[in-house]
Amino acid sequence: MAAARARLIAALAILATWQALASSGLLFRDVVPSLWRIAAALVLTLSSLDFYTNLGVTAEEFLVAVSLGGIAGACAGLALGANRFLAAAYERWVHYLAPVPKIILFPALLLAFGAGAGSKIAMGTISCFFPVAISVASGVRDIRPVLLHVGQSFGASAWQMATKIYLPAVREPLLNGLHLGFGVAAIGVLLAETKLSKAGIGFLVMDAYRRFDMPGMYALLILVVMLVAAVNAAVAGLNRRQRQARA
Amino acid sequence: MKLVAPVVGLATLIAVGIALQGLIAADVISRYVVPPPSDVLAAFGRIIVEEHVPARFLLTSIETFAAGLLILLIGLPLAFWLYQSRPMRRAFEPWVAAWAAAPLVLAYPLFLVLFGRSSVTIVILGFAAGCAPMILKTVEGLAATRSVLIDVGRSLRLTQGQMFRKILFPAAMPTIFTGLRLGLTFSLINIVGVEFLINLGGLGQLINELAERYDLPGTYAAIWFVVLASMLFFVCMEQIERWLLRVHG
Repeated sequence: MAAARARLIAALAILATWQALASSGLLFRDVVPSLWRIAAALVLTLSSLDFYTNLGVTAEEFLVAVSLGGIAGACAGLALGANRFLAAAYERWVHYLAPVPKIILFPALLLAFGAGAGSKIAMGTISCFFPVAISVASGVRDIRPVLLHVGQSFGASAWQMATKIYLPAVREPLLNGLHLGFGVAAIGVLLAETKLSKAGIGFLVMDAYRRFDMPGMYALLILVVMLVAAVNAAVAGLNRRQRQARA
Repeated sequence: MKLVAPVVGLATLIAVGIALQGLIAADVISRYVVPPPSDVLAAFGRIIVEEHVPARFLLTSIETFAAGLLILLIGLPLAFWLYQSRPMRRAFEPWVAAWAAAPLVLAYPLFLVLFGRSSVTIVILGFAAGCAPMILKTVEGLAATRSVLIDVGRSLRLTQGQMFRKILFPAAMPTIFTGLRLGLTFSLINIVGVEFLINLGGLGQLINELAERYDLPGTYAAIWFVVLASMLFFVCMEQIERWLLRVHG
């Protein structure tokens, strides 16, 4: 209770500082707009059809990217975790490439997939792949050997081992990887949209920047952060429920 | 297996390159979409000389260093302040955690308006992306200092500054460095990314410029160069962290 009150006071202090800065005249008029103007822009954005159309475009790109990156990452993670030779040969590359800024691959992706949704999906897919692969590979290595022995003693095929033993056992690391993957995939898709696109939330942000519509840009950024946080919270909740169910 | 597996890993990379070269030569993959790997290899020398790669590398390094310095100068005192004051920590730590998780790089158009299209924007964005993890890890490290060490400091009547310099900082150093490593990693990712996005600065801008000139072998060579430079940076940081953990852990 005390912690929540302290957090609330801190939030109010941040908002009051913002409002004071906006009213002080120290910065150009629109660089730090007043809270009321940002609130008005938020209402305007949320009531415009344009926002939902572009949100739909970004959501579609994001979902396809997360599905492709998640599946590819899970398969790669299973292979690396289950096979020591593959891990010794390739896992270090996955670890080294994971923190590289993926946006630098965008020119290559543009040429390969065009300026439409394809290049954005590819950006999101590559971004999502690495955290899922790393998390699943480490999860597979943590599987209790007795589970693997049971599968082997039943003469399970490679497919049966993957679907009946490995996948159920790595549900938690998979969700952890997807949790991280969602965030980076969203950033990948949105950044690609800001660089070159004709639709999507990233395009709207750049459009607001070009028109110097600062309250509109703040509103869009707040909505993006809230959406990413909501998706994150949903995955974290799913993860927590999973842990509680196992405990 | 210790030696064979890494060799197989490297051999796979070379095999993929050779296969790509063959597919491009047979016109299965268009050379106007993916340049032949031999052209990319040949472009390395050209871009290093003609596109002033050493100077660009230096600029990106200076920007990352400046962001890292800001992270240390601002993040460390902020973390110490949060550690010392329990109410402030309770009030602000969740906000710092939210700051760490927020996709700040998306706000780069906002930073452009606030700070102009200059290296300052790039450094500030690098700082903004890297400061929160540094603060969180530093608070974590300071809070984990063994109470017996703090009691020794108190019994010797150390001042607040002496307590920090002689007890808290050395005890928390490995965790602080982990925070700094994370912070610098996020900084570098954001700095190169923003250089690319706003077409300004060092290595990120190089990729954007070459892509806009449709110099495909050059673009791919520059991408490989940035990938290799980033990998080298992360490996070095990891090695320093391991060494610190061995010495102080």
